[in-house]
This record gives sequence, C-alpha cells and structure tokens, in this order.
Amino acid sequence: MTLADLKPGQSAHIKHIDTSKPGVIRLMVLGLIEGAVVRSEHAAIGGDPLEISLFGASISVRKQQAAFFEIVLEPLCD
Amino acid sequence: MTDTTTFGVAFEQVLIRRKARTAIAVIGNPNSGKSTLFNRLTGLRQSTGNYPGVTVEKHVGTAQLPGSAVELIDLPGIYCLSEQSADERIAVDVVLGRIANTAKPSGLLVVVDATHLYQGLYLLEQLLELSVPTVVAITMMDVAHANGISIDLAALSKRLGGIPVCEVVATTGKGFEQLKVALESLPHQPQRGLPESWPELSAAAQQLSDVSGGSVARVDIIQALLHPENPIAPQLQGLFQDNGVAKIREELFTGQPPQAEEARHRYLWARATLLEVQQHTPIIIRFSAKLTRWLNRPWPATSMFFVVMVMIFQAVFSWATPLMKKIEYLAAYAGLALTERLGENAFTSFLADGVIAGVGSVVVFLPQILILFLFIIILEDSGYLARAAFLMDRLMRAVGLSGQSVIPLLSSFACAVPAIMATRVIPDRRDRIATILAAPFMTCSARLPIYALLIAAFVPRQYLGMFNVQGLVLFGLYLLGIAGGLVTARLLKSSALRGPKPVFMLALPEFRWPNAQTVLIKLMDRVRVFLQRAGTVIFSVAVIVWFLAYYPRADISIEQESGLSSPPATGIPVAHTLNEAAALQMEQSWLGRIGRHVEPVFLPLGWDWRVSSAVIAGFPAREVVVAVMGTLYAVGSEADEVSLTRKLSSAKWPDGRAIFTMPMVLGLMVFYAWCLQCAATLATIRRETNSWRWPLFAWSYMTSLGYLGALVIYQTGTLLWP
Repeated sequence: MTLADLKPGQSAHIKHIDTSKPGVIRLMVLGLIEGAVVRSEHAAIGGDPLEISLFGASISVRKQQAAFFEIVLEPLCD
Repeated sequence: MTDTTTFGVAFEQVLIRRKARTAIAVIGNPNSGKSTLFNRLTGLRQSTGNYPGVTVEKHVGTAQLPGSAVELIDLPGIYCLSEQSADERIAVDVVLGRIANTAKPSGLLVVVDATHLYQGLYLLEQLLELSVPTVVAITMMDVAHANGISIDLAALSKRLGGIPVCEVVATTGKGFEQLKVALESLPHQPQRGLPESWPELSAAAQQLSDVSGGSVARVDIIQALLHPENPIAPQLQGLFQDNGVAKIREELFTGQPPQAEEARHRYLWARATLLEVQQHTPIIIRFSAKLTRWLNRPWPATSMFFVVMVMIFQAVFSWATPLMKKIEYLAAYAGLALTERLGENAFTSFLADGVIAGVGSVVVFLPQILILFLFIIILEDSGYLARAAFLMDRLMRAVGLSGQSVIPLLSSFACAVPAIMATRVIPDRRDRIATILAAPFMTCSARLPIYALLIAAFVPRQYLGMFNVQGLVLFGLYLLGIAGGLVTARLLKSSALRGPKPVFMLALPEFRWPNAQTVLIKLMDRVRVFLQRAGTVIFSVAVIVWFLAYYPRADISIEQESGLSSPPATGIPVAHTLNEAAALQMEQSWLGRIGRHVEPVFLPLGWDWRVSSAVIAGFPAREVVVAVMGTLYAVGSEADEVSLTRKLSSAKWPDGRAIFTMPMVLGLMVFYAWCLQCAATLATIRRETNSWRWPLFAWSYMTSLGYLGALVIYQTGTLLWP
C-alpha cells in the first residue's frame, strides 16, 4: 500500500521510501520520512493532489509522488 | 501625510542608520508570519533595493532596540537550504553570504510557526550549522492553542543548545519586548556546541573546517557534501581533494541521496523534539473549526475558490472603473486647460498630449492595480493562495503547469505586468517561463475599451435564446484569450520547455486573519515596483506616440488652427474644423505615413490605413487605439462612443465598399485578443527572465498569431458572406 491509496480520514505510518524517484526528496524535506505518522485530510476534486497532515502541519502531495511512499495503516484512533 | 512628518521620519531614519552596525537576517518557512514580524519590528523604517543581477527585491529595515538599533533583512520564506525558485535562492544565498555586495548576516532571527513546528525545526537545525548568533521567534501560538497544542519554550530552548526562544503575537505586540532584548544581546551570545540533529555530519564538517584552519565555514562544507552535483567552490577544492572526503560521504550517506539522508536524520530529531516540548490538550471542536473542515471538502472548497475569484473581479472592475473614468476626465481637462492658458503650439501639445496624457495613462491603471494587489496580498497573508494552488493543481496539470500558475494567470485578467511579477513563487524555471508567456494572452483591462467600442458598434443588440449576442461575443473573446494562453503553455511545455515533471510541493498553512499593517506595507511596495517598472515604460511610450502623431507639422492645418484664437463660442462648426484639421495632421504625420506604408501588410485583413495606423500606435500600449481612431476619423480624440461608432460604420473604401464589415470587425477583435501590444509587458518579461530572448519570442509569436487569426476570419468570412 502506498500513500496514494490512503483514504481521507485514514492514518498510516511511512514504511519505505523510494528515494531514487523524481521529486521524492523535495517531499522528504517537508518531513515525509520513514516512521512519520501521516493522516490523509481532504483531496482536491478528482482525488489529486492529496492533503496530508503530519504533526498537525498540512502539505500537498500529488498522487504520482505519493505512490513512491510505502505505508502501513494505523488503527483508527478517532 | 504632510511634508513635516515625511521629513521627520526620514530624519529619524538617518539617525538610526548611523547607529546600526550589524545586519540580522529574518528567515523562516513560507507563511510563518515572518513579514508581519519584520514589519512590526521595523515599522516605517524600511527601504527596498535590489540584489545584483536578480529581480527579487531586497527588503531592509531598522529595528529600534532598547539600547541600540539593528539592521534587519527580510528574506523570502524557505523550507531548507537547497531551494529552487528565484525567490528562495536569494534567501539561501544571503544567509550563506554568497551575494556580492551583501555581507553575511551577523545574526539570525529565525521565525517558526507554532502550527508547523515540525518543518520549522528542520530549517532551524540547518541554520544552526552556520554557527552565528541566533534567536528564535515562535509565531501563531494562539492558533496552536486553539488546535489543542502547547509548546514548552524553555525545554525547546534547551534542546536547541540554549539559544533564546521567544513567543510573539504580531497582532497585539505581545512578546516583542523580550524579543528585542534577545536581539540586543545577540552579539554576546556564547558559542554553541554542534547542532544535535545529525551530529556525525556536523562533526565531520567541523573537522574539515578545522583542517582548513577555519577559513572555510562548517555550513559551506556541509552544503558541498550534500550537493555533490554542484561544482565545488574554489576555496574547497584543495580541502576536498584529499582528507578522505569520498570515505566521509560513504560513511555519512551509505549510498543514499545525501539530502534524503539529511531529511531522515534531522526529522528524526525534530520528531523527538516535538514529543518532548509539545503537549496536546483535548480541544472542544468549535463551530468555526467544523465549518472550516466542511469548506475544505473538495467540491465546497473549489466552489468557494471560484466565488472568491468572481468577487475579486467584480470589485476590481466595479470599484476601479468609476475612478478610472475620473482620472481620464481629469487628464483630458488638465490638457485642455493648459492649452487654453498657453495657446496652441508644439510645447503645449507636448505637455498636454504627451506628458499629461502619459502620466494620465499610467495613473489610470492605479485603481485596478491597487485593488487587485490588495486582494492578492490579503489572500497571500491569510494563507489562502497556497490552498488555491492546491485546488487548481489538477486543472493546470492538463496544460503542463502546476497549481502555482493559477494566481498569476488570474491576475493577468487585470494586467499582465503584476501577473508576470507574481510568477516568482513558481519553483520550476520552465513552468515559470511557460506561465509568463501565457499571461499576456489573458484579456487584460486595456483590451476592454476597444472590445466595448467594436461590439457596441457592430454586433447586433439581439438575443440568442436567453443570451445577449453582444455579451456572448465578449465572453467568446475572453475564452479566446484563455485558450490562446493555455494552448501556448501546453505547446511550450511539450517542446522548448520540455523537461522532467516538476514536483508540486506545498505546505498548506492554516487560515488566519491578515494583518493590516503587513498588507498595507506590501501593497505600497508592489505599487511602487509597478510604477517603477511599468509606469516609466508606459509614460515614455505615450510621449513617443505623441511625437509620431505630432510631427511633421502639416502646412494645411495652419489656416484652420488659427481658428482656435477666435472665441470658442462659435460652437460646433469650429470644433468640426478642428477635428478635421487634427485628422489631416494625423494623416501626414509619421504615424499616418507609417500607417500608409504598412497598409498593404494589413490589407489582407481588410484594414485601411487608418485602422493600420491606430493598430501600429497601439503596439507600444494598446489602450491608445480608441483615441487614435477617434482622431483619425476626425471626431476628436475625446470623442464619445456614439459619434465614433457612427463614423466607423460609414467609413468606406474608395470603391464604396464598407470598411467595417462583420468579418473585418471580428478579425480585428481576434487580433486584439492575441496580439502582444504592450511595451510594459515586454519590459517586465525581459526583466523577469533576464534575457531578450523570451520577450522577442512572445512578441513575434503573439503578433503572428493575432495576424493569422484575423486573416483567417476576414478571408473566410468575406468568402461566406460577400
């Protein structure tokens, strides 16, 4: 499962990142690193780009790049 | 403001300038409230200059501290020290001391948004590698509290090696006294140890720095280690040749991209820090929070975006238009009054039709520029611009751009000049140039007078079902501009500007109320830049067009011009002759001669020499066309639309055919929609792209496109409806 598959309202933590893919490092600089717990907020119309929040801070991620972030779902907590 | 207060401020500024010794860079993430903090600290004691070789403005201000004064440099927001956009690169270069005539800052004021502490800490740790005295200001603590987050500042300061951390509220001024005290004691800040987030990297770099005898700073070595793709600075070459740099890299990065490893290490530390200093408290979700949440859902958010945009355009046009009419009237009145006072001669005409008309044609843009800028700055300051980019990203991707191009493109419906300036936030160079070249296609307000005139004169006032045909034609012209711009962007992105797809990376800030002082200061700043960049060009163009229309003088008109000395009470006949004299003068002026010379070029479009002359006069600034046509058709340059319309409809070719046929009029409007007739836009493109290549390309491309469009429409139209 990748970040691109995360539905609005779901939480997950990042397991593995393919750093060789274009644009991935730019997102890592915003804090998407292995172990980070992320939550999918809303997406734009058509489900892309995604709004991902981590530690209360929201960032925008295109699905194309989100697919390079492997995730593990977190149990629902709220 | 009276003269004395202006003088007072200026004088005070001089005194403070003399006392200021050190420059402190104000730096932080985008939307962290950095500019508001800067404005609050410096007030009106600000000045704007330029960095050598780039278009980004340099903002410097003086802050009065309890016992001294200090110079502050406000820098564009960044997330890390390897940034891409023109704006961001400047921030990095200033901080690292890479700018020619700007000294490396002696201290840093790092602004961190409490709601984005995670990303703020990352930049902060990178900046601590500079080993210069640093103060941290935490903003938006109130928003964080509302979100149920509190931050232990003392614990944070301890984690950061003891540097001062101050909480500030820019709107109320809370915390500014402590911040000023902290800034004052900056020079005496004790030496810190290495930053804790990636001690191995810091230590390795420090070791190399020590090998160089301290001649190369730790941060420069880190930058060189992290960016193996960049050429190594000459002073590092010796250092990097031996000393086992390859082995150091291998050990630090273990074959991973260096910046990815840096993100891993520093964010791991940032997370540990957050867990230590940040407490969550249960929050009562208020109605406003629920509303915001609902409004962020895809469809409501996108609808909201369009509502906001429509409201802005309504305001720009309905508030600005009456003001613009008044300014035009005032300029015309001043010109007439001057002519009456000084009598008709070359110098008077120069003053009235050249200088006053020129100033008028600059000032006439101010109302809408002010209103447009005001709204854009409010959107920017409230954090909405980032969300707009997020919402529109998918749509813009269809033409190869990203959401960040939306606001520049929308702004160019008022004027392309501020739009092109607003493209600086676009990180990718190709995206930025494609946006710059698409912007002049959007129907700017200077195109409206000629559209209004031609539509009112030649498009029937009929209804097609429930739609007004005139309205449909105007709407079609807007669509034509949008299509031209988007197709151009798409074509460029798949040819000359093809490259790897840029990443759309954007932090989405919380919505917040904009700060009035910041909005006003930014507004004044942008208007000043507009006047400097576009105003000077528009003014010079007006004077040049006046010269071309005034010289050489016709002998024939002298007789009629003497009629001016007779009292104007004789009424209409005199005015009639004056208008005819003006038309005759225009006919044999340089402008008229050029028009006659190029008539064959425009003949396939169905234009006579008068239309050609008016179009030629409009190349430097399209807004003069209606006035030139008024003069050429001998109804006077201040002619109302009705008399000009009547004159245009009855204009004939020598063989008796009407000039203004429907195909010709439609073609003329298409020419207007696509042609780049604006020297100010060209000058702005030249400045922002730093080369003549793109403005030349834009001009030839758009002119050919407009010509071809008009040609196809006129020729096929004439064939189908002879």
